[in-house]
Amino acid sequence: MPEKFDVIVVGAGPAGTACALTCARNGLNVLLIERGEYPGAKNVMGGVLYRQQLEDLIPEFWKEAPLERPVIEQRFWMMDKESVISFGYKGLEWAVEPYNNFTVLRAKFDQWFAQKAVEAGALLINETVVTECLVENGKVVGVRTDRPDGEVFADVVVLADGVNSLLSKQLGFHKEFRPDEVALTVMEVINLPKDKINDRFNLEDNQGCTIEIFGDSTKGNLGTAFLYTNKESLNIGVGTTLSSMIKAKLKPYELLDYLKNHPMVKPLVAGGESAEYLAHLIPEGGLRSVPKVAGNGVVVVGDAAQLVNAIHREGSNMAMHSGLLAAEAVIEAKKRGDFSETSLNSYREALYNSFIIKDLEKYKDAAHTFEKYPQYFKEYLPMMNRAASKFFTVDGTPKRDKQKEIIKSVTAERGTLRVIQDLYRAWKAVK
Amino acid sequence: MSTKNIEEKQYLLRFKCDTKSHLTVLDHDICMTKCPDKICTIFCPAEVYKWEGTRMQVGYEGCHECGSCRIGCPYQNIKWEYPKGGHGIVFRLA
Repeated sequence: MPEKFDVIVVGAGPAGTACALTCARNGLNVLLIERGEYPGAKNVMGGVLYRQQLEDLIPEFWKEAPLERPVIEQRFWMMDKESVISFGYKGLEWAVEPYNNFTVLRAKFDQWFAQKAVEAGALLINETVVTECLVENGKVVGVRTDRPDGEVFADVVVLADGVNSLLSKQLGFHKEFRPDEVALTVMEVINLPKDKINDRFNLEDNQGCTIEIFGDSTKGNLGTAFLYTNKESLNIGVGTTLSSMIKAKLKPYELLDYLKNHPMVKPLVAGGESAEYLAHLIPEGGLRSVPKVAGNGVVVVGDAAQLVNAIHREGSNMAMHSGLLAAEAVIEAKKRGDFSETSLNSYREALYNSFIIKDLEKYKDAAHTFEKYPQYFKEYLPMMNRAASKFFTVDGTPKRDKQKEIIKSVTAERGTLRVIQDLYRAWKAVK
Repeated sequence: MSTKNIEEKQYLLRFKCDTKSHLTVLDHDICMTKCPDKICTIFCPAEVYKWEGTRMQVGYEGCHECGSCRIGCPYQNIKWEYPKGGHGIVFRLA
């Protein structure tokens, strides 16, 4: 092993691997360090991978990558205790190349992706924890690992060490996160025969469906549940902000079992065989939680930089794109021979001009609004379910009278002025 | 069968346990005197923390390494590190 690399990337998830791959392809000497037994061993995601940002790195990757199903239908459920309002979109344009997104199982996928970086020339070292960044004269010059004689040096260190990013905290790029900046999510992989999945979700082979579930899936707390179809298994999971979990004194695994046994969900998972149970944090603080992303000799990418759009369940694609942008900045810095913060700030600029930060900017108030005003999940969703039930039940009441009754019951519960305020506030948070 | 409780869920997992805990409760007295809810025993997704009357038992062997306890402890009373390279939880699927 040479003593000094051009780039050390910490973490072989989507962000780190994308960065290592791009740097290696451009002739840089790259060390990719992974703490798990293999890439993916520590990584968890609900399961949706969007196509575009990976295709930018590996054209037509779907022909060789270990994917589960292309998603052709996205459903959204607003669920109450014994009812659900459902809407969604199904389109066959998503069933053909180039597709829109896929369900994936990360342990397999991450290994495949990291292998691409290795083929491009990156050196991958597994089973190695980076315990700290080595800093000299205000510049990151390498990392210390938990291996004997474990110091390694580089011009640039890329922190792709995930949601907890102890390393960027060590550098003072962010303080410890607050419980309302992260979502604690648990999920299970449940094996189910392919035919059953196809029948229950109205699919053909190589077609997938995703369901995002709001409301009673989190017992009205700020969060969502999901149910995604793999080839021969389902990923079912639920999460809320850690602060909501604490406030409501919820046990996450009991919430998951509650979801699995919910009358709207139970028939879809019935007869399945649990294969794995996984817990993970999702960075959901949005734009305000994004730390400093470039310093002297260092950049931060992916979950470590809190790049997740929770409302659109985008994370792995943003991770990959941030990895690519970081790599481009590092390659330019190498040409200049300048790895200072000023030089590496070209990554920050590119990131802030990309869809990633623009989307985080759009939703910067969403999580805060819904956390501060719990009525949306706790009151309006059940109210909407009751309204739908009333409106669609035929009992001899004229429809116009029903409409009046529904509006009256809503304003009676919340007050007319408060309803208007609530609507305006929600619109402002997502506009 | 689909799992019904946390014991069955944890049983599905593969761990390569280190001999030393990567989680440390810094001061058990703080749990005893200042923290009536002992909230980590509730939200930890792997039931790693169990209160034993006078001290917090830490079953680090079943930890998912999610980080919730470090962030969620109201007294910043948990020292949280990664297990030694290659050790700890090994996710095989998702």
